[in-house]
Amino acid sequence: MKISYDARGLAEPAAQAPKVATIEAGEHGSRAVFDAAALTTRQINLELRRLIYDEGVAEVTVRNPGAKHSLAVGILARCRIIIEGSLGYFGCGLIDGPEIHITGRVGWSVAENMMSGVVVVDKNAGSLTGAALRGGDVVVRGDVGARSGIDQKGGTVIVGGNAGTMTGFMLQRGRQIIRGNVGGGLGDSMYDGAIYVGGKVTSLGVDCVEAGLTAEDDEFLSRKLGIYGLEPPGSWRKFVCGRKLWNYDNLEPAERKLVL
Amino acid sequence: MCGIAGIIHRDGTGEIGAEVTRMLQSMKHRGPDSSGFALYGPPSDLLVMRLKLADPNEARGFGWSDRLERHRDEVEHRLAKIGAMVDVIHGDQEYAYRVTFRYSGELKPLADYVEDVPGCEVLSLGHSLEIVKDLNDAESVAERYGLNGFTGTHAIGHVRMATESDVDISGAHPYWAYPFSDIAVVHNGQLTNYHMWRRRLERSGHRFQSECDSEIIAVYLAQKMDGGLSLETAMKQSLDELDGVFTYLVVTADSLGVAKDEMAAKPLVLYESPELVALASEEVAIRAVIGHEIDTYDPYEREVLVWHR
Repeated sequence: MKISYDARGLAEPAAQAPKVATIEAGEHGSRAVFDAAALTTRQINLELRRLIYDEGVAEVTVRNPGAKHSLAVGILARCRIIIEGSLGYFGCGLIDGPEIHITGRVGWSVAENMMSGVVVVDKNAGSLTGAALRGGDVVVRGDVGARSGIDQKGGTVIVGGNAGTMTGFMLQRGRQIIRGNVGGGLGDSMYDGAIYVGGKVTSLGVDCVEAGLTAEDDEFLSRKLGIYGLEPPGSWRKFVCGRKLWNYDNLEPAERKLVL
Repeated sequence: MCGIAGIIHRDGTGEIGAEVTRMLQSMKHRGPDSSGFALYGPPSDLLVMRLKLADPNEARGFGWSDRLERHRDEVEHRLAKIGAMVDVIHGDQEYAYRVTFRYSGELKPLADYVEDVPGCEVLSLGHSLEIVKDLNDAESVAERYGLNGFTGTHAIGHVRMATESDVDISGAHPYWAYPFSDIAVVHNGQLTNYHMWRRRLERSGHRFQSECDSEIIAVYLAQKMDGGLSLETAMKQSLDELDGVFTYLVVTADSLGVAKDEMAAKPLVLYESPELVALASEEVAIRAVIGHEIDTYDPYEREVLVWHR
């Protein structure tokens, strides 16, 4: 596959939707299937847009994604997308609405900046899972890399296996549920939100403290795990912000002098 | 950004030249400046040396070719003078040569003597290691150096987006662990205590040909192994002694290793099967050499993994 770039470095400026999908009527709206093996990233995304926006298809299945980067990004509609295989980096980013099921694994930054919807990954994920997540659920049944939910501002990150270092780094709002063990620096510099861990915690990050579980937490955890058919671990621990770094109203010494 | 890739056949040999070319080409977007290969062919009694006499992007004045021809002859002359029996000397480019020879003395005096020829840099030296690196993408380098037919046991490769030093052959990876035979490294990241380690290693007599921070890793590891440490132990020590962000791959005559820094700041995807281990900065690179559907995972922070043949 030879990929062309325009003067600004944008890939395939003249790409068109390849119109290779087969569409059939289904019980809950029409369904489409297409094979991505011979298509470029732009062609796959344009085909997805054509099917969802122009043809109004309710469910699209993408075969042979081949771990390409930046697939199924920027989809702003309610629909179902099934990806049979693995994605590379930045998969399903900037989406608002879709329910996406990936049967393989994903690379770094899956579902970054997702506004709403659901992304379910059957195998492992790389680092930065659900980075800057705003809403919806990101579910990884396997293990995730480092810095899951970095700068998360809403929604829920659910991990079936283990998580790496700096999980929940700068978490601002929203929740993370890690069934397995987590690496060092958990919840470093988190502002708010909550991280639930079922396994061992290597170490806590700056200003991350353990809190007691409430009845609401128990209800939330069993409800979320129930939706995705994940077994609960023996016990949960909850981690929140220690609020030692909450200095929002404090001015820097130089600024204070100006005010006075 | 840079992209790194490695493959080791656990049993027997494979088409490593073509395999690493495909892996690197699929990651061209990670670094279009230069591409490099460290390939392990069948071990031999002869030593094999890869060297360059000039950089392809330097200004070519009058008599450039004649000068390179003279320098090539001088290399051959010096090898004979120091006691090496040259078998074959072959030029893939007018500035890049592959020499096989018989020699039983120490490698450092030989490498120093050869590198004393103006413009000369020994890219690799050993009984099976061959480092090939040049400007542009992996396919064009592989074609220029005829790597498609290269069979062997294990290999690493690198596509470079230059951040720390010039775009030239000296700044391209992989780096040979001068003057230790058959050890090479590729690195994705930046080392922040590079100058400290460079000064330290220079004091123990090593030479550095580039301003590239990655150049110290190979020498650092080889020196520890020369002092009696295993590759694995040396790599584990590097996690504390090298500062900065890194994922690096290291190869020796019979093993391939990978180490990640404590922030897990640089990516690596790993695939293991009974026949081979393939690892790369991106999964697309692994899929470029494996036809069937695969399961992969990312090693965690501070992880050191080594595979032996």
